[in-house]
Parts: sequence; structure tokens; C-alpha cells
Amino acid sequence: MLASDGHPFVLLLPFVVVAGFWLLSLLDPKPVHRVSFWKRNGTAVSIFLIVAVGLWALFMIVLPQLFMVEMSFRPKLPPTAMGGARDIYTFENYRYFLYGSTRDSSNWNSLHLTAFFTTIFVSVLVTLFNFLFSYPLAFYMAQVATAARVRLLLLLLIAPYWINEVLRAFAFRVMFAGSGVINRALQGLGILSEPFDFLGNNVALYMGLSYAYLLLLVFPLYNAVESLDRRQIEAARDLGAPWWHIHLFIVMPHAKPGIASGCTLVLMLTSGALAAPLVLGGPRTLWFTPIVYDRFYQAFNWPQGSAYAFILLLTCVAFVLLVLRLTKLSLGEMTK
Amino acid sequence: MSSRHILKLMTGFYMLVFFTYLFGPLAIMGVTAFNTPSYPQAFPFEGFTWHWFDVLFADSDVLYGLKKSLTIGVFVVLLSVPLGLAGALVMQQINRRARSLYYLVVVSPVLTPGVIIGISTVIFWRDFTTLTGMRFMYDGMVLTVLGQSSFIAAYCMLIILARLQRFDRGLEEAALDLGASHTQVFFHVLLPFLRPAMLSAGVLAFLSSFENYNTTTFAILADKTLTTVLAGRVRQGTTPALSALAVTIIAVTVLGAIVYEVVKRREDARRDTKLRAAEALDAQEMVAA
Repeated sequence: MLASDGHPFVLLLPFVVVAGFWLLSLLDPKPVHRVSFWKRNGTAVSIFLIVAVGLWALFMIVLPQLFMVEMSFRPKLPPTAMGGARDIYTFENYRYFLYGSTRDSSNWNSLHLTAFFTTIFVSVLVTLFNFLFSYPLAFYMAQVATAARVRLLLLLLIAPYWINEVLRAFAFRVMFAGSGVINRALQGLGILSEPFDFLGNNVALYMGLSYAYLLLLVFPLYNAVESLDRRQIEAARDLGAPWWHIHLFIVMPHAKPGIASGCTLVLMLTSGALAAPLVLGGPRTLWFTPIVYDRFYQAFNWPQGSAYAFILLLTCVAFVLLVLRLTKLSLGEMTK
Repeated sequence: MSSRHILKLMTGFYMLVFFTYLFGPLAIMGVTAFNTPSYPQAFPFEGFTWHWFDVLFADSDVLYGLKKSLTIGVFVVLLSVPLGLAGALVMQQINRRARSLYYLVVVSPVLTPGVIIGISTVIFWRDFTTLTGMRFMYDGMVLTVLGQSSFIAAYCMLIILARLQRFDRGLEEAALDLGASHTQVFFHVLLPFLRPAMLSAGVLAFLSSFENYNTTTFAILADKTLTTVLAGRVRQGTTPALSALAVTIIAVTVLGAIVYEVVKRREDARRDTKLRAAEALDAQEMVAA
């Protein structure tokens, strides 16, 4: 099949699905007293709802993703060869990700594969660290602190996040630079004799990544722990449970949806982070998103960039599914 | 020392560490904005200067980016709040079989990495505008507004949905019984009820748009916004002018937060007095009866 014939098909697909659901809803036996959609909202509002949701769901969410996936299966061709005989669907962009060449499959593409797995691995570690670091605060705010104290803490928590991601990363760069405060302090204390390259060794990057999305873990955790009845903790304590039992077997199971949603969100954002790796990465830093970026704006290979983006997206989807499966939650409970 | 004291001490120490981590980097950056060396340096402090603010406000790229970012932010608010509203209302009314698919589709942008949203927006609109002959739509600003709104509208929807779930359908029925049309109910009963949620959705939308980098850097094409200009600057080399910018942003947002708080308090107070007046009137009538 010629790739140039793909577009109309991809364009039609979501409309067919919507029509299918509409037909299904017609087949549904309707309760007699139920008001129809048109009547309930009035004509003007009904049109607004349909147009707005149609524009948003189809033209801003579904179709762009479908087009990106479709493009990832196309070869990179000069504009003149498009629609020609060589314009056929292919796996060569995915082959390139694995082997570093579109034809030869004898060597692994170790640079990109290492970057990919490093990204995933480091993101998991960063998420874990953030969870352990912010859990005590969330617990303190939700169960121990007074209302006035909570208000103050919330304000303090939000304040640093008014500043955008790029400048936050810049702050870490200033702090960890060769002549930055950290190096000077360590030298002043006699721990280091000469400046340590925090940027080149990714220390600054990992700290910056953890910092970037810390807040997004505190809030879901706080909300989840807050709904726990304090008497349950007291009862456990009266029955002689040690403190770590209380957290492990009472608070955390109760806060499971919040933990799951916070951790997934942070994991997604960390593995998809672009500003921190660009600003804080050294010349040898491996991170997947800058590689995707370079496919587009250094190699000018859009189909390959799409394939890389799709791989990242699939990984994210796999993670969400894994978390849902492990915690036995539904998506609705998680994005609350 | 009792175990209670130890616990208190540990909590205090932990809080200190946590908030030092949160504010330390920003404080250090803040200091560099007022220090004289041309490389951002917090210590030693060689002399106080406003020079880096002058450099910042003379930077035409930064000012251009700022103007673009503000414009984009306004359009994102205008687009994503209505989309979020529509999304929330449809979520309530859609039939059960389609609901889970619909939910998956409209919430997915929240969980999709920003880079991917940017990339897919560019690819789709490039091909779509070529296909339909609307090439003028293929513009950095238009694409950025569309790309950002796709996930910001989802945030708005979640905020509005939370309030919508507390809406009393009885109010709607009462209005209908009193002879209002469905459109009137929408504008005079439902919208006023949702107003606070829509306001906070709008504020959140503007802020997320203003500080967004991942989606913008792709969708903006050859144009630039404040964040993309900044990212370019930071990669070229660091200067205290960037610290000055951060300090300016912090100052403006703190001011904004204070104004917001004051306005909100005043509004609350006004509503309280109104409510009390109404109650007093009720009581009077009861006594009179």
C-alpha cells in the first residue's frame, strides 16, 4: 500500500468510531422519562458542546497522535519522491532505533538504546526518591499540622513553582557550577581540594529532575492521606503497632490511589523532561528526549523523530497499564 | 529527653532540609542577580548592582518572547476554558458505553509527555493545512495555542468537573418549572454556579501556558516565546541577567498572589454581609408574620 493513500484513511478513522458509538447509543433502550441531549441543553448550547468537544477530542488529541504514528512508518524522502514508488510503509525508523542503520541489523544502536534505558531507569529512581522524600511532609500536613500551618506550607510549596522549568534548571546550574556555591563550600570545608564537575557527572541533572516535579507528588499524596480517619491511626497505636507498621499497613494502603497517580505523573514528566537535560546535561549526558529533539531539528528526519516519540509514548502507556494492574485501580480513580 | 521531643526535633530537621532544598537554589540564583561579576556568582558578594536588570530590559529578544508568551497565554485561556467546560458537561451526559473511551481520550493528554504533544501537533497541522489548503493556519503561534490547549483544557475539565459534581439538579428543575428555557438555565443557573471553578481554571491555564517549554519548543516552529528564548540563552552560556529575570518573575507573581488574595477576601466579606443582611431580613419578616 502506498503511504500517500494513508491520510484520508487516518482522517476518517476517528469519525467512524464516533459514528459507531452514536449508533450504539441509538440502539440503547431509553428510559421513558429521560430528556434527550438536545432538549436538555437547548439548541445553542448543544451545538457549542458538540463543536467544542469534537474540535478538542478529534482535532487536538486523536488525529495528531494518529498522524504522528502514521508518519513513523514512512520512509524519509525528498519532497519530489513523495507519492512515488518508494513512498511505502516501512519499519526502517524502528530498525534504526534498534540497530543504528535502516538496513544492517548486525550491530545494536548502543547509543540510543543506552540513552533510552538510562532515561527509564533514572526516572524510576528519581520518582522513588521523590516519593520517600515527600511522603513525610504529606503525612505531616494531612494528619498532624493545624489548618493554619497547612495553609502556610501549601503556599511555601507552590511558591517555587511559579517560576518556569527552564529558570529552575538554571538555578541548579548556577549552584553546581565549577565556581558555584556548592563547590566553594566543599572546598572551604576542606572536603574537596579542587572543584568537582557536578554538571558533567549528571549530579546536577538528577537533582534538577527530582526538583522539577516534586510538587506534583506532594499534592496527590496529601489529598489521599488527608481523607484517612485519624482515629484509625490512634486505634492502631493503642493496639501497639510500631510506627512503621502504621505507615506500611494503614496509611499507605489507604493512600494507594494518590501514591499511584502521583508516582505515575512524576515518572511520565521526568522521562519526558526536556528543559532539565538540555540545561543541566553535560556533553556525555544520555537522555532520551534531547535525542528525539535532535532527530527533528539536527537530523531533520521527521519520520524517524516520530518513531522515537511513539516509542516514548508506548513506554508511558505500558507504565500506566502496569501501575493500574499492580494497584488494581481504574484510570478514573487515578486521575482524580 | 522524651521520645516526643526527639520526634519533634526530627520533624523540624526534616522540614528544614525539605524547604532548604525547595528554596536554596532559588535564593542562590536570586543573590547572583544583584552581584557585580559577569558570571552568576552568589559568593563572595562583590558589590550590589541593578545592572543586570538594565541588561535584561534592554534585551529585545526577551521582550519579544515575553509579548508572544503573554499573547499565547491569553488565547490559551480563551480556548481551553470553554473546551474544558464543554468536556465536563459532555462527560456528565454521555451514555455509559462511550464514557470510558471518552474519558480515556480527553484525559490522555495529561499523561502524555509534552514533547510528544508538540511533535504530533506540528505533524498533523502541517499535513492537514496542506491537504485542505489552509496553509495560513500553519503558524507557530496558532500551533502553540492548539498544542498547549490540548492538555491545558484537560486540566480545566478536571477542575470544572469537580465542581459540577456538586451541582444540585433541583435548581435546574426549579428554573425550568418557573418557565426558563434550557438556554436560559445554562446561562443564568449553571454558569454562575461554575464561575469560581472556571476562574481558577483560567488562572491555572494562563500559568501553565506561560511556563510551558516542552510542547512550545516544537509547536512554535521558527517563532519564539519567553521560555524558548530563555532555553537558548541558558544553553549559550549563563549570565546574571537570567537571574534578574527569575527575580522579576518571582516579584510579579508574589504581587499577583497578594492582589488575588486581597480581592478574594474582599469578595468573601461582601458575600458574607449580603448573606447576613438577607438572613436578618428573613428573621424580621418571620417576626412580623
